[in-house]
Amino acid sequence: MIPRRSWTIWLFVLAALHGIIACAGFFAPYDPTEQDREHPYLSPMRIHLMDAQGHFHFRPFIYAVQMHGGSYDQFEENTEQAIPLHFFATGVSYRLFGLVPSRLHIFGTEASRIYLLGSDAYGRDQLSRILYGGQISLLAGLLGAGLTLVIGVAIGTMSGYFGGWRDGLLMRVAELFVALPWLYLLFALRAFLPLSVSPVQAFVLIVLVIGAVGWARPARLVRGVVLSAKERDFVRAARGFGATDSYLLRRHILPETSSVILTQAAILVPQFVLAEMTLSFLGLGVPEPVPSWGSLLASLQQYSVLVSYWWMYVPVLAIVPFFLGYLGLASALQEDASTEKIVRTTAGGIW
Amino acid sequence: MRYFLHRLVQAAFLLIGVSILTFLFSTLAPGNYFDEMRLNPQISSDTVATLRAQYQLDRPLPVRYARWVSSLLHGEMGFSFAYNSPVAPLLWARARNTLLLTVTATLIAWALALPLGIWSATTLGRLPDRALSWTTATLLVIPDLVLALGLLILAVRSGWFPPGGMVSLGFERLSTVQKIGNLMWHMELPVLALVLSALPVLVRHVRAAVSEVLEAPFLRAAASHGIPRRTLLYRYALRAAANPLISLFGFSVGALLSGSLIVEVVMSWPGLGPLLLEAILARDLYVVIGGLLCSTIFLVTGNFLADVLIYWADPRIRTGAVTR
Repeated sequence: MIPRRSWTIWLFVLAALHGIIACAGFFAPYDPTEQDREHPYLSPMRIHLMDAQGHFHFRPFIYAVQMHGGSYDQFEENTEQAIPLHFFATGVSYRLFGLVPSRLHIFGTEASRIYLLGSDAYGRDQLSRILYGGQISLLAGLLGAGLTLVIGVAIGTMSGYFGGWRDGLLMRVAELFVALPWLYLLFALRAFLPLSVSPVQAFVLIVLVIGAVGWARPARLVRGVVLSAKERDFVRAARGFGATDSYLLRRHILPETSSVILTQAAILVPQFVLAEMTLSFLGLGVPEPVPSWGSLLASLQQYSVLVSYWWMYVPVLAIVPFFLGYLGLASALQEDASTEKIVRTTAGGIW
Repeated sequence: MRYFLHRLVQAAFLLIGVSILTFLFSTLAPGNYFDEMRLNPQISSDTVATLRAQYQLDRPLPVRYARWVSSLLHGEMGFSFAYNSPVAPLLWARARNTLLLTVTATLIAWALALPLGIWSATTLGRLPDRALSWTTATLLVIPDLVLALGLLILAVRSGWFPPGGMVSLGFERLSTVQKIGNLMWHMELPVLALVLSALPVLVRHVRAAVSEVLEAPFLRAAASHGIPRRTLLYRYALRAAANPLISLFGFSVGALLSGSLIVEVVMSWPGLGPLLLEAILARDLYVVIGGLLCSTIFLVTGNFLADVLIYWADPRIRTGAVTR
């Protein structure tokens, strides 16, 4: 089957992107909360191969920064002091995947700190914050989507398989959830939860809130699949042989829903990453100093930052490849599902 | 007539359901507006208790709900602790601005999506269709928040647009024509953000609906009878494609409301979004409930409008052959 290939490519792309974020400690030169009050809003440093005298160096280097003469917030390159870049350098210690302690970084410098994407108001490294921020945002999206799918599949299966008054009630509630604007719904749930909490609590709260909002659409889709699956001949036959409800659900009906669930997952994850970003952007998410893609953008709400420091926009670009990847995966999966359906129905016609 | 009555009753149930749910959630909420006060050493705990009693926060839930409903009927919708005034006038002042933004954006988005979608469907697989598909796919990848921020950056950098807000300083002194001009100048960017976020989904749906109808046997038969393409498209195809599109209109209202919330906050447009956000941060209970209810009312109105339109456009609904 040819279409299979297209979605595996997207899957590889996404796996690579997530891998980078998962190993943020390795790719980031510093700890995301480490401050350097001497260098606030430092613009991204340039990597040189050619020094000021026109000599070529094989090892890339940066110039140290110094205060621009006569100012108190303008920095410039000090061409006297070249700082060589070291690859696979030892630096600040971190835990890979939160478990394995390590000090290895993909690059680092010894004499002075390096800011490839500039620094923020507290002199924190923007690159490190983007990489670590991705961990929070993506994890919230993935866990939220997982939770939503579990709720959605459970409700959809119950509704479709058992039917009756439960079906009526659950589907009315689902309609209500689908109809309401999702952001208002998110706000409503967040509004009635405690505001000032620790970062970990806030993260758990956000995952729960995001997960609780989106279950209605997958539930309705799963219900549709279950409704048609439970009337299929092989399911009836199995029931005739005395199969229990749990056996039928496990072996025959839930496997039928797998393609719907996969497609929904590919659609929901970026939506939920965005939901986390929106909450954090508005100050309702994971609090400082822990970075998330949303809270990194929050500083753009200040006019001075918006006007003066263009490198604070960079987090915006970080999310684009992820969204592209998930959109590609979702449409490839959808295409795949529709061709599979055609293949199956024509095969049924022949037999 | 029965059809409309049915729809109205459904809408009423939705509103009642939402109001009860928000009330339920609000009792589960830890903390309220007066908790902050309790931390202030200058305010005695007696004062806080008196205030709580005054606003009936110490009563059980059904009593509070009944009080709130009666205040709703008096046109107050409860009382804002932070603004020290009834909620309804507060909401109305902000809801007007949100409506101005969303209604304009809805109209423009549909006015653009219909011709673009039809163009795409009639050139299926050829260059215009492909170009449009790529454009919509690109727009689809850019989330609302990023789009709004990007436009704001553009505004600030280029100076062509105002950096947020709804009117300029000294708005009061302008003449009526200048006032309208000033307002429109401020509206351009938020409306653009909303239109761009809504457009790709709409264009894709219009394309799908129209191209599906264009392949229908009755249209092929009509085409083979020699009816001109133009007549075919505008007289028969569009009418047949109307039903799913009108349902989509109802849904697009909800999406635009969510989008507008972000756009309002980013571009500091004084709509419901910033009010709701402030109220959440201040635990201003009745403003939160009012804001949520207000958005539900917009949504229900949008859906009802879609129902009326579909009744007018689709004869199958009128004769009761199909119930949506």
